[in-house]
Amino acid sequence: MAQRAANKSRLGALPWIAPALVMILVFVVWPAFEMLRTSFQEVGSTGAVKGWAGWQNFATLIQNPDLPNVLIRTIIWVFGVVFFTMIISLPVAQLLNAKYPGRKVVRWAIIIPWAASLVMTSTVWKWILDAYYGVLNKIAMDLHILKEPIDWLANTKQSFVWLMVVAVFVSIPFTSFVILAGLSTVPHDIMEASKVDGASSWQNYRAIIFPLLRPSLFVAAVINLINVFNSFPIIWVITGGGPGYETDTTTTLAYKISFRDQDVGQSASMAAINFAIILVFIGLFLKASKNQEQS
Amino acid sequence: MTTLVVPKRHKRFTGKKVSLTISAWTMGFFFFAPYLQMLLTALKPKEEITAIPATYFPKKWAFDNFIGVWKEIPLMGFLKSSFIISLSATIIVIFIAVPAAYYVARNNFRGKKLFLLLVLVTQMFAPTALVVGIFREIVKFHLVDTYLALILIYAAFNMAFSIWILSSFFASIPQEIEEAAWIDGCSRFTTLTRIVLPLALPGLVTAFIFTFIAAWNEFVIALTLTSSPEREPLTVGLTSLIGQYQVQWNYLFAGSIIAIVPVVILFAMIEKWLVGGLTAGSVK
Repeated sequence: MAQRAANKSRLGALPWIAPALVMILVFVVWPAFEMLRTSFQEVGSTGAVKGWAGWQNFATLIQNPDLPNVLIRTIIWVFGVVFFTMIISLPVAQLLNAKYPGRKVVRWAIIIPWAASLVMTSTVWKWILDAYYGVLNKIAMDLHILKEPIDWLANTKQSFVWLMVVAVFVSIPFTSFVILAGLSTVPHDIMEASKVDGASSWQNYRAIIFPLLRPSLFVAAVINLINVFNSFPIIWVITGGGPGYETDTTTTLAYKISFRDQDVGQSASMAAINFAIILVFIGLFLKASKNQEQS
Repeated sequence: MTTLVVPKRHKRFTGKKVSLTISAWTMGFFFFAPYLQMLLTALKPKEEITAIPATYFPKKWAFDNFIGVWKEIPLMGFLKSSFIISLSATIIVIFIAVPAAYYVARNNFRGKKLFLLLVLVTQMFAPTALVVGIFREIVKFHLVDTYLALILIYAAFNMAFSIWILSSFFASIPQEIEEAAWIDGCSRFTTLTRIVLPLALPGLVTAFIFTFIAAWNEFVIALTLTSSPEREPLTVGLTSLIGQYQVQWNYLFAGSIIAIVPVVILFAMIEKWLVGGLTAGSVK
């Protein structure tokens, strides 16, 4: 104990946490600061800073004719994907939790989209959706749902729906495992007692299990909001945000403006707005965790 | 050896149980199906890939695609880059997260809350959100198109998970065990390496595997910061093949399978710890 006290008194926590702190400051805080600063600078296409630009970059961004649609699409993207992910993950978690032969194999199968590289998952979806050689058209035609093959990615609205389907597909595993963890905290005797009372399983679910799952659901929803908002590989691989900017979200738009159109200033202002949105989500998350601590 | 025979209720295979099993298996198959399609495409000979109408199964199973892939695409180079980057980032994370997690688990100190908040915020920020800033910083450091840039960034952004998971493991080890070691004359450092770390081995393994996979799968930063093919990791290297004139889907997917299978197995091993680490800060 004496040693502990001695250890505490001199340098305190610093030798232990300093490396972590340095990494965070240099590679997370600094880029964030650099990005915010760049959004107020005039930057040439080579990346050289020409001087301060005030709010000019933001003005250029607001006048960007593609921005309104990208904003609307981003809202649809984020809330649509998270909503369907949550709704589907609830029964998926029930199925992962129930007892039947081969449950372990089913759990492994659901882990795959979570573990596998998003880029590769997106690539195979692009291939599945291919107009000529894709297996989706083959299945649809064999089942007589379609007479002719469809180019699923030809029409912007349609391809955006497919992007959302893929995003839901890859978000369900994490979400259902969080809900599964929540289900395991539902005390067994509570379930048994309500069964004895003769409550049907649906009544059971709504009245007893669902309220107990609420904290896990909230956490899963907020983490999903952030992840889906930041989602990049799905859109990038399958449509590239195109044609034009017609399937872009603010995240892919910021990337495109910067690394394709070479307008670093405008891109930084888009990214700064994205940054602020994520901060709001993080605030929600912190609030959720506080509430949980209290309960 | 005596066998205890417990009279069991007769197992009933009711309709409910059967429909539950069928729906669960169907669901499992649905999540597996895209990867099955990946595998089946990887096993088709070149001429069957572009057959119209498409086929479900290869007519001729081209298992040699998994040999040919090494010659047809620079898979070895991509694997090497991915491996060097992921392993280095992981080792850095472990060396940085262990002391921080240990101290956080065992001590209260001024600024602890602030430090943990900073860690949590780091976890929430995917590098995608900061890629514009990261690129400008890396240009300043003259580290564009180096392994080092990717290694450092992956280490920084994936540290949080390891700090959470390790500190929860450290906190679960009784303090008395350590105190006994101190009385026996062990220094704080040897206590950590000889007593605490072996006890927290599952946590270390989880942190190691998680960081490795996160780095292995990362795409945006690698896409932005690498420009020469020999330094491209798998995610960027394989997708760059799509842009080329004729996509060799069978080789592309053979490469993807080789990249995915070990990762899925490792991920399944640490599955039970994952949720706790990823929702840390809220689930205590």
